Amino acid sequence: MIVDPLTPVLSETWDAERSWTLETYTDAGGYRGLEKALTMAPDDVIAAVKDSGLRGRGGAGFPTGMKWGFIPQDDEGAGAKPHYLVVNADESEPGTCKDIPLMMAAPHTLVEGVIISSYAIRASTAFIYVRGEVLHVLRRLQRAVQEAYLAGHLGADIHGSGYSLDVIVHAGAGAYICGEETALLDSLEGRRGQPRLRPPFPAVAGLYASPTVINNVESIASVPMILERGPDWFSAMGTEKSKGFTLYSLSGHVERPGQYEAPLGITLRQLLDLAGGVRAGHRLKFWTPGGSSTPILTDEHLDVPLDYEGISAAGSMLGTKALQIFDETTSVVRTTLRWVEFYKHESCGKCTPCREGSWWMVQVLRRLEAGQGTAEDIDLLLDMSANMAGRSFCALADGTSACVDSAIEYFRDEFVAGMTTPAWELFPYAASALHAPADTVGASR
Amino acid sequence: MTVTSAGGAGTEVEKRDDLVTLTIDDVEISVPKETLVIRAAELIGVQIPRFCDHPLLDPVGACRQCLVEVPDAGNGRPMPKPQASCTLTVAPGMVVRTQASSPVADKAQQGIMEFLLVNHPLDCPVCDKGGECPLQNQAMSNGRGESRFLETKRTFAKPINISAQVLLDRERCVLCARCTRFSDQIAGDPFIAMIDRGALQQVGVYEHQPFESYFSGNTIQICPVGALTSAGYRFRARPFDLVSTPSVAEHDACGAAIRVDHRRGRVMRRLSADDPEVNEEWISDKDRFAFTYARQDDRITHPLVRDPGTGELQPTSWPAAFAAAATALTRAAGQDGGGVGVLTGGRLTREDSYAYSKFARVVLGTNNIDFRARRHSAEEAQFLASHVAGSGLGVTYADLERARTVVLAGLDPEEEAATIFLRLRKAVRKNGQRVFAVASHTSRGLAKLSATVLPTAPGGEAAALSALGDDGEVALDSGGILMVGERLATTPGAYTAALALAARTGARLAWVPRRAGDRGAVDAGCLPGLLPAGRTVSDASARADLAAAWGVPALPSTPGLDTDAMLGAAAAGQLGALVVAGVDPVDLPDPAGARAALAKVPFLVSMEIRASEVTERADVVLPVAPAVEKSGTFVDWEGRPRVFEQVLSGGHALPDVRVLAGIAEAMTHLSRGLGFRTVEQARAEFAEVWFWDGARAHAPAVDAVEGPIPGTGEFVLDTWKLLIDDGRMLDGEPYLLGTARPATVRLSAATLHRLGVVEGDQVTLRTQVGSVTLPAETADIPDSVAWAPEHSAGVRLRSSLGAGAGDLVTVSAAGGASAPGSAGRQGGQA
Repeated sequence: MIVDPLTPVLSETWDAERSWTLETYTDAGGYRGLEKALTMAPDDVIAAVKDSGLRGRGGAGFPTGMKWGFIPQDDEGAGAKPHYLVVNADESEPGTCKDIPLMMAAPHTLVEGVIISSYAIRASTAFIYVRGEVLHVLRRLQRAVQEAYLAGHLGADIHGSGYSLDVIVHAGAGAYICGEETALLDSLEGRRGQPRLRPPFPAVAGLYASPTVINNVESIASVPMILERGPDWFSAMGTEKSKGFTLYSLSGHVERPGQYEAPLGITLRQLLDLAGGVRAGHRLKFWTPGGSSTPILTDEHLDVPLDYEGISAAGSMLGTKALQIFDETTSVVRTTLRWVEFYKHESCGKCTPCREGSWWMVQVLRRLEAGQGTAEDIDLLLDMSANMAGRSFCALADGTSACVDSAIEYFRDEFVAGMTTPAWELFPYAASALHAPADTVGASR
Repeated sequence: MTVTSAGGAGTEVEKRDDLVTLTIDDVEISVPKETLVIRAAELIGVQIPRFCDHPLLDPVGACRQCLVEVPDAGNGRPMPKPQASCTLTVAPGMVVRTQASSPVADKAQQGIMEFLLVNHPLDCPVCDKGGECPLQNQAMSNGRGESRFLETKRTFAKPINISAQVLLDRERCVLCARCTRFSDQIAGDPFIAMIDRGALQQVGVYEHQPFESYFSGNTIQICPVGALTSAGYRFRARPFDLVSTPSVAEHDACGAAIRVDHRRGRVMRRLSADDPEVNEEWISDKDRFAFTYARQDDRITHPLVRDPGTGELQPTSWPAAFAAAATALTRAAGQDGGGVGVLTGGRLTREDSYAYSKFARVVLGTNNIDFRARRHSAEEAQFLASHVAGSGLGVTYADLERARTVVLAGLDPEEEAATIFLRLRKAVRKNGQRVFAVASHTSRGLAKLSATVLPTAPGGEAAALSALGDDGEVALDSGGILMVGERLATTPGAYTAALALAARTGARLAWVPRRAGDRGAVDAGCLPGLLPAGRTVSDASARADLAAAWGVPALPSTPGLDTDAMLGAAAAGQLGALVVAGVDPVDLPDPAGARAALAKVPFLVSMEIRASEVTERADVVLPVAPAVEKSGTFVDWEGRPRVFEQVLSGGHALPDVRVLAGIAEAMTHLSRGLGFRTVEQARAEFAEVWFWDGARAHAPAVDAVEGPIPGTGEFVLDTWKLLIDDGRMLDGEPYLLGTARPATVRLSAATLHRLGVVEGDQVTLRTQVGSVTLPAETADIPDSVAWAPEHSAGVRLRSSLGAGAGDLVTVSAAGGASAPGSAGRQGGQA
């Protein structure tokens, strides 16, 4: 049915000359969503986002409008406190690379979304928490915010509406855990980033113990279009429960890696067609649907619809739609080790299973990579994983377990081989390099 | 251990209608709402293993050891994952399965335990905690027998000092954050915090500010592993070799319950006991670590009598010493003997005080007795007689916690009554209590109570209290409590004003002395106009009642002399003898005058634990037992009797009670001696005279006088004693003294500017008597006031300046330039 599966909305202006400027954005119709929103009652803006069916693009897929509706708007108790919008731009998941290109190429999409969203939840201060390592993005975003102030889109009494908003762009300090929303809040308040106990939930007591909405960059950036073109336009795209379009990020062993904006429900087969297929001369071995924390899938799953329900039915999660493609030259043991090393390095240390489990798993996986595993190691890994998943304070450890469990589920043989043969002998690592010389390819199994 | 007196509190079970009913391990139980599942499980006898959980700390859910299965969250649906029972509150209809009935919970707990041991050194054989270690115990009860971990453990340098007293072994730490949460939430001294991340996460200190907390020892006690140890106890003993005896802390009037652990006649350590009505589970570092004073080299080991020939004190037998004292005291108490005075200090138990009180009246025939080894006034004596003596349990800790408003006057709780400080802080944090302080400046303790200071120069307290009645901001009413400290005695009219304020507003009034024995001394009648249980000397029927109880024809009817008057009379040669028990001249209002009086008095009897300025001058020295070597009762500020038993036996010293009985029995004119010999007998007799329903003393009515007006270059001195100072009961504990706050002179920023000094520079306080030089510190203190500690860092303010709170001093820069190595904390000087 879909003639051209691509629906460039967020990415529509990315190829424009100086796409990041206010001028380019406005010329392409930018800030019309804001204009429209300011004529509406805030509750109607929330209703529109609810009607659109927009779900959180940060991974969990929680309905955005519903999240906004949790903010108490009465004049007593928590509702009487200031409300805050916090944008989670701490994109750090291995493989995930959609928010940073978006903020690089079209920061005003986000800024406009922030203003509309803040207006809806009645926040007069909004924060964009940007991963600290991406200084170039930070600068571009700061400039965009400055332009928005100069144009009267931000500040006191925006366009005479009586509504005022300040936006603060905040740089993180380099911790993956700060992508977890409550750790992000602690970090934003100047503390060490560690997840908070819930309840209270951020909607009631978030930033500075006040009602707070925390949304992913892409979720907020999707709001202006919904306002401008209407919830029906948005919900016409996608599948029954996963409405709209989204950014799919293809990386790894693929001919044309990059962002592919398409309606939810597209399949990897379709996306690979658009991306020129798996690296020439190779075939798909496994892939992640949404970053390293989502269980891996294999070539059996090429036709699974890439929406929240479809991926879930296949035993994984849509996550951030970071599709990392691995071809047959790749050692699963090695890949899993690298991921778990990442989780070990990024574990915040607050809770036992994540802190100690990742420390231990790395040591077992290193042994298997070196071909020195023991007969008990696979069961040990699975048991450790079971003792971590769902037992930790936040979801970081669930991601660790997910990549280990799924790797063993689909490629147990490689772990068994790890008891006798080093992974680098089974899968010479040079062959996995993107520009590997052709003669190393044949060495793979 | 819990020492609870029934205390007259209702024993009837409180009826509650806000209970939540749930099922744990198939047992139905009803608990108050908001109860945590881990607590509810305890009530049915199921101990869920835990590390980070502590009932007095906010839940954190970090260690994950207490996972349980929740097949029904109360809404008919199961919770998909095991839940941390330390953060899960009960819900009606909830079904919980712990390790006792759920394989899922059991496996989850075993998994966590295995993870916890991955990076733990398992050095139990050399660890101080071995034998009393929650990790060790729970690894046995809820862990696997054998570890599957074969790989490399994380290692750290061992151990690091996080303060002079507290050492941290990071390898043993399970990162439960009890210590950091205690410091932040309970003590308000967040000088330790978690730093770094992952398995390298560790407890860290702020390099520029050491872990200077008066409560740091509690972190050692609540550490569920051997990660935190004290410098004084580390590697000294094994818990299973120790004998534990419940006791009561003797360092202040708070009555904190403690546990004394001793081995072969030597106290190895002291811990906080768990007494929810008093100190909960916390004690100050002074209560915990200051016990070595009782075994210093200057302990008096034998009775001593001064040899008339050589003039030296000679060891002698108890009977000989009793006889020497009896003979001289009989002479002095007799006609033309000049009379005897009795000075008792703050260390006495109620039984001891009662013995002195009776000894003075029955044996010596005098009312010359005063327990106040500090500044005092007739107004104060009147206040104590009318409102404290014999009044029993008054305002309690629980009342304090519930009070909406607390006004402090003449009292800095953190320095002078640490347990009160902790309870107030809890009320401020949990109940939104508001604390106001009639004080010269916001001390660190007051800052941690978020207290509003009603700036008052010493001498101005009476006026400040009077004005409070009309202060709409403070809005003191019957939901409030007014706490007055013994320092109010220095300001004429202050007690009168406090009583008037309480009467006007309906607020309850509590008197907080500084020493453990003070309240008991008031109840025992160790004041010149006061007899036991609130009877007054001036009341004939009270005297007759007591005389009948004591089996004597009559009691002396002339009001006695107070401390100042006794010392004055002695110095003037008008007193025949002095009996001095536990008084250090340095604490007295006029130390030099006191020393002269002690030298002048014809006969001086000293009851002392260790050699002192009094024993040096005494004719007879009787070695008395420190608290650890006797039983007794301290009455805390609430009026709650805190009975404790003897910990160490076999010592050479006797309780004061026994010493006084010995002297009395050596007096040939007395047929019955003192009427008791042992502490238990004294306690029983005191109970018999405790009932008195006759008239009480009248309230004091003293007009306020205007405080001194400082002239040019003059300041009003303010001072009090710091919790950890140069007091003799802290002797022998260098690690504890290492955590003392630096001694500084607190001045306003404007004063510093005017003197041309910056914080940390040396300044000199001067009077006609002498001078004291200390580093300057900025405080929100009135420009006309200068504060300095009374007894810290070698400074003896009263001796050196001949001045106390409310007196005038001059302040000047000492030598202009900042002294090298000054105790100031100037930023930027690495």
